[in-house]
Amino acid sequence: MSATFISCNNSENSKNGDRGALASSAAEKTYVAPGEHDEFYAFISGGFSGQLSVYGLPSGRLLKVIPVFSQDAEKAWGYNEETKPMLNTSHGFIPWDDAHHPDISQTAGKLDGRWVFINGNNTPRIAKIDLTTFETTEIIEVPNSAGNHSSSFVTENTEYVVAGTRFSVPVPQRDMPINEYKGNFKGALTFISVEPEEGHMDIKFQLMMPGFDYDLAHPGRGKSHGWFFFSTYNTEEANTLMEVNSSQNDKDFIAAVNWKKIEEYVNNGGGKKVPANYAHNIYDEETHTATSTMKKEVLTVDPLEVPGAVFLLPTPKSPHGCDVDPTGEYIIGNGKLSADLTVHSYSKMIDAIENEKFDGDAYGIPILKFEDVLAGTVKQAGLGPLHTEFDGKGNGYTSFFISSEVVKWNVETQEVIDRKPSYYSVGHVMIPGGNSAEPFGKYVVSMNKITKDRYLPTGPEVTHSAQLYDISGEKMELLLDFPTIGEPHYAAGIPADIIKPNSKKIYKLDENKHEHATLSNGDARVERDGNEVHVYMTMIRSHFTPDNIEGIKVGDKVYFHVTNHEQDYDVPHGISMIGANTSELLIMPGQTETFVWEPKQPGVWPFYCTDFCSALHQEMQGYVRVSPADSNIELSWSLGED
Amino acid sequence: MKAIIKFFLLTILIAGISACRNSSEAEEEDISASTEQASEERQGQAFVKDDVSEPTVLDIAIQSEDHSTLVAAVQTAELENALVNAGPLMVFAPTDEAFEALPEGTVDDLLKPENKNKLSLILKHHVTPGKYDKEFLKKFKKLGQASDLSVPVEVKGEDVYVGGAKIIASVPAGNGIVHVVDKVIIPEN
Repeated sequence: MSATFISCNNSENSKNGDRGALASSAAEKTYVAPGEHDEFYAFISGGFSGQLSVYGLPSGRLLKVIPVFSQDAEKAWGYNEETKPMLNTSHGFIPWDDAHHPDISQTAGKLDGRWVFINGNNTPRIAKIDLTTFETTEIIEVPNSAGNHSSSFVTENTEYVVAGTRFSVPVPQRDMPINEYKGNFKGALTFISVEPEEGHMDIKFQLMMPGFDYDLAHPGRGKSHGWFFFSTYNTEEANTLMEVNSSQNDKDFIAAVNWKKIEEYVNNGGGKKVPANYAHNIYDEETHTATSTMKKEVLTVDPLEVPGAVFLLPTPKSPHGCDVDPTGEYIIGNGKLSADLTVHSYSKMIDAIENEKFDGDAYGIPILKFEDVLAGTVKQAGLGPLHTEFDGKGNGYTSFFISSEVVKWNVETQEVIDRKPSYYSVGHVMIPGGNSAEPFGKYVVSMNKITKDRYLPTGPEVTHSAQLYDISGEKMELLLDFPTIGEPHYAAGIPADIIKPNSKKIYKLDENKHEHATLSNGDARVERDGNEVHVYMTMIRSHFTPDNIEGIKVGDKVYFHVTNHEQDYDVPHGISMIGANTSELLIMPGQTETFVWEPKQPGVWPFYCTDFCSALHQEMQGYVRVSPADSNIELSWSLGED
Repeated sequence: MKAIIKFFLLTILIAGISACRNSSEAEEEDISASTEQASEERQGQAFVKDDVSEPTVLDIAIQSEDHSTLVAAVQTAELENALVNAGPLMVFAPTDEAFEALPEGTVDDLLKPENKNKLSLILKHHVTPGKYDKEFLKKFKKLGQASDLSVPVEVKGEDVYVGGAKIIASVPAGNGIVHVVDKVIIPEN
């Protein structure tokens, strides 16, 4: 036995020798020289981090973490007064969510790079991120939904971003026995319209489907534009021990929704308005302030009221990913408990609908015959297929969770072309534009759930990771591992050239409409209103105006409204006050932000700039004198006076 | 009942076997184009050095002296990586004796390279996504296997039969559970 062991080691050594040359070729392919830019942006969700990370490809360099659903002390997101309303919901202020499926806006089926949409799973919400500022500018809560998973995918012209519920729930929510689920719970598929200029979101309608679990979704495109496809599982409508009870049916469904037909129905007065309560939060770039509005009504649509709008396509084994190829002809069901991939044909689906080739119904919704919509099956492609993206050259790339690999296959012939292992347990995959009519099929990124020994260990919790494969040739080539923020759940990628020129450099000070902005130093001041004190402060290299404040008392609530007077690219300033029960502020040039400080002890307390802004950064500081509550010291403020 | 599973191999010996298996695998593949293939002999979840975590279903099969045929078959079909995944996986592991009970020549035939797909399908027919102990399995009428086919679950007295094979021992694993069975479960078609 020991002889075998040694001889194996020998062969390993000889291969190690070969690795040098091959590894250097991969290094060249991912090397972006200092000062040079990556070719693609990758927006990779942080899963349980609640945020969205921006990476460059092919280098895998982390460029920014955009706070979305979780408070971020670094950027004061959800800590400063301006952004707190962004995290408001019908359940109150929620400092966290589970961010899942970013999708970039499209025009005519192609990425237009205006916005990224992303869903919060836990307390159902959809966020919109503006790709000029790379900031979250809008969050809408989704009522009648729970576990907002089948989201946030856009239609071909970003007419809608959809949000499908994972959990079916009582609609309206009410106190009822859990075991009366079957037939009583509903699954809402929500179509949120996106206004073309500013991208403002508004719930157009909610399609109230049977109480299945809705897992993922993708839009029709090209010939199938006007349809949306949703994968379902738990068509058994079980409510306990789901790992057993929701896997009893050999086939679940992909629900095909003709949203154009429903839109027409709704535009003609169809649907039923029902009471609801959900937050709609908008961040205004000019006021640098978010507002939260509670909406009280939503329009629901019963699928049976719109004949010809909803059909069910039987699809084996609890399909997870539900992916549409760039031509719009093929709809792929990734049955996650299966070894096969199901490829449905849009044309055959239309033919089956026209000829009423039905195989019964579910709660009145026609079920199409499996054989009549099936284009083919990728047989024994791997274990546990999860998600398919496309390269625009006729190939699909599917992740297989259980067999931990990425498999390339031909969409027309359903033949497997290549397979490569992933390290380890790949979830979703991403090709830039891989969910559009025009993919950029140069790289595929796999997002892995487990890394174990892939990096230096950091205790029980080790980083998640993404892996980059070159897919420009017949065979895939693994180029790079890179660590990620949180769980890299899903991603959207886009050529850098589409959005790079639009990236904003500064906010114009003369366009600042913040209610508490201080646009000239002469306006810097401190005002008292009872025990509320408002400090109107400016900052510029390398001082605050004012930097000495007296007359604050224990028990006051002090609002620091701080305006950054810089008008140079990349000169933010920060500010924090000793003992403030909140984060720093990080204020971009031309922007105003506010934090609250409630001094509890008399004394002279300093504040300082927290962003290394300049050569005199360490001089950028000030003092606040805090006197006892019954003190009669007058408010005063100054800069440069003795 | 006699303990079916005996842990008799030293960890280092297992590591040695694993490395051998992988390097022979790598030789069969075209390594000209791929960095990751060239470095594969030291990578893969099966080769993570970990003597603290619970053994995987693959570890359990490798460490058992009654499953050398099954392990050889898994290696021939190159299914090792699937068995060290997060799972959860339930493996119905026929003993060497169960393989011997097949018609003469069957095993040798299946281990031939040209029958790799057939072997792979048969092996996947012994794997269920999920992790249920013997008692819990009594709740099922059937199980959906990784072969995409299902197998019936039958309860006879205290015994549980899956696809006609009787569970004679069960060993929990870190990523699932191994149920030792007395028969090879052959897919119907």
